[in-house]
Amino acid sequence: MSCGQIILDYGLRSIGIGAQLMPRGEFTLCHQFTLIGSGLLWNVYFAALALTFGFFAATGLALAKSARSRWLRKPAEWFIFVFRGSPLFIQFFLAYEALVMLPRAGIDIFGLTIATSWLTKAWAGALIVLFLNTAAYSAEIFYGALMAVPKGDIEAADAYGMTGWTRFRRVLWPTMLRLAWPSYTNEAIFLFHATTLVFFSGFPSFQQKGDALYYAKFFADKTFNPFVPYPIAAFYFVCLTLALIGLFGWVNRRLNRHLPGARPRLRIRPQIIR
Amino acid sequence: MFASCADPKTLEGLNWLLCYLTTGKQVLFYQSFLTVLTLIAITAPIALAFGFGGALAARSHVAPLRWVGKGYTAMVRGVPDIVFFLFVPVALDQGLEWIRHKTLCPEWTAPVRQGSDFVVCAAAKLPLSSSPQSVHEIYGFVLAIIAFSVVFGAFAANVLYGAMQAVPQPQLETAEAYGMSRRQVSRRILIPQMWVYALPGLSNLWMILIKATPLLFLLGVADIVYWARELGSRKSAIYDFPHPDWRLWYFLVLLVFYLAMTKVSEVVLRRVTARLTRGQATMAGEAMRKAGA
Repeated sequence: MSCGQIILDYGLRSIGIGAQLMPRGEFTLCHQFTLIGSGLLWNVYFAALALTFGFFAATGLALAKSARSRWLRKPAEWFIFVFRGSPLFIQFFLAYEALVMLPRAGIDIFGLTIATSWLTKAWAGALIVLFLNTAAYSAEIFYGALMAVPKGDIEAADAYGMTGWTRFRRVLWPTMLRLAWPSYTNEAIFLFHATTLVFFSGFPSFQQKGDALYYAKFFADKTFNPFVPYPIAAFYFVCLTLALIGLFGWVNRRLNRHLPGARPRLRIRPQIIR
Repeated sequence: MFASCADPKTLEGLNWLLCYLTTGKQVLFYQSFLTVLTLIAITAPIALAFGFGGALAARSHVAPLRWVGKGYTAMVRGVPDIVFFLFVPVALDQGLEWIRHKTLCPEWTAPVRQGSDFVVCAAAKLPLSSSPQSVHEIYGFVLAIIAFSVVFGAFAANVLYGAMQAVPQPQLETAEAYGMSRRQVSRRILIPQMWVYALPGLSNLWMILIKATPLLFLLGVADIVYWARELGSRKSAIYDFPHPDWRLWYFLVLLVFYLAMTKVSEVVLRRVTARLTRGQATMAGEAMRKAGA
């Protein structure tokens, strides 16, 4: 089988397009590169959606944590503590077991039946866990940045008569983002790497549709040779991490474009397990 | 365990629960917490030593040594750690078996990799197939410890390298002016002072190490995750203690365990930071001095 044919067959295998059966007997480099690359789609999907939604949730949580009212502050503090204080791996298991316990037939609310079975699938359930997790980690980063907003900025906003939403949107939020961005970049890389945990935790893969590491492990188990599939997966991740750094670096330049002189450079210290 | 537990079918309520929580399997579950704590206790110093070696190597004046050090610290960037956790034990296992195969069975001419198989002679197997189950378990655990130490050593090397860079340069120059050799400067000036700079990073690493321990499950060690799944799953009436699917509750126990570990670590690390900061020429040290005065 030519490599082009393999790419056609397995290039989108992870989302159910192309060959149904997994390769058998022969595991060429082309097979491994194609399937592991196709699994990468899941990692990108999880990371992109969790980061997008998590960003807004984190902003809200950071504001709640800095709120004066204890009814807002305490729940935010607890949420952040629970999700930052426990391993993501355990959170996946716990979420899966909790979601499985929902009634199969759906929940009746005022005559409307809300289906629940989709929640136990990885694409939804794991995404929710990743979303909550990154919301908690990012909220802590944003909270720290919010506390570091210079006092003078706020006084200036007050002097201009800005209050509430206007003050937040025009003064607090941009400065907070600017200060938080280097750490937030690390968090994004960190979350991207954490997406590899999904199919190794409670969430089962359906019809052997999994992420990059899932396929890498598949090949390692089949060929008893870890020296090929894992470096391939590592290669893919390094490439995508560099792309992510590039993207976040561009945002960082944009956030700091009004500042004279040397812009704060992004210090990338990624790769931490949660 | 208790005499009253002899016939679990007749028990009810609290008695049942008490008996259930003291069965042999449950005790194995409790012991697996010790497994996790052992892993942390063994891994932390080894990883620190690896990291120390890596950071010193990265600062070395000998180019090949420096490349090794830099390569080691760069290793974990950009690649998910789980890749290493899956890779290192298998690679190490095969590497050791291959070396033993070469030395113990020189007359064996067939290639080690045959298609999709990794074949070594029986004498080279690690552990030997004749060895008892416990040896297999310990071997798996040791491989896990090495994998954790290598990965966390690389993290620690990053942190310690940064801390060594953070020690004020004039101090090192002064030491050189006093006629100390490079080695003496490192030992007397650099290393004693770098800890306070390394502490935030190291305490972060400690938290991460705690939170990485459930990955032991992926390495095939019978850890708390393994037992939580095993014991929590639904037990039908043929078991002594039938119960519905309790995995959720078991995982809640694990969650609480980890949250407690985090909380305790936070408190302890805060004290250690305060102790190390005392008398240091940093902002925090100065603040402490003023508060005391």
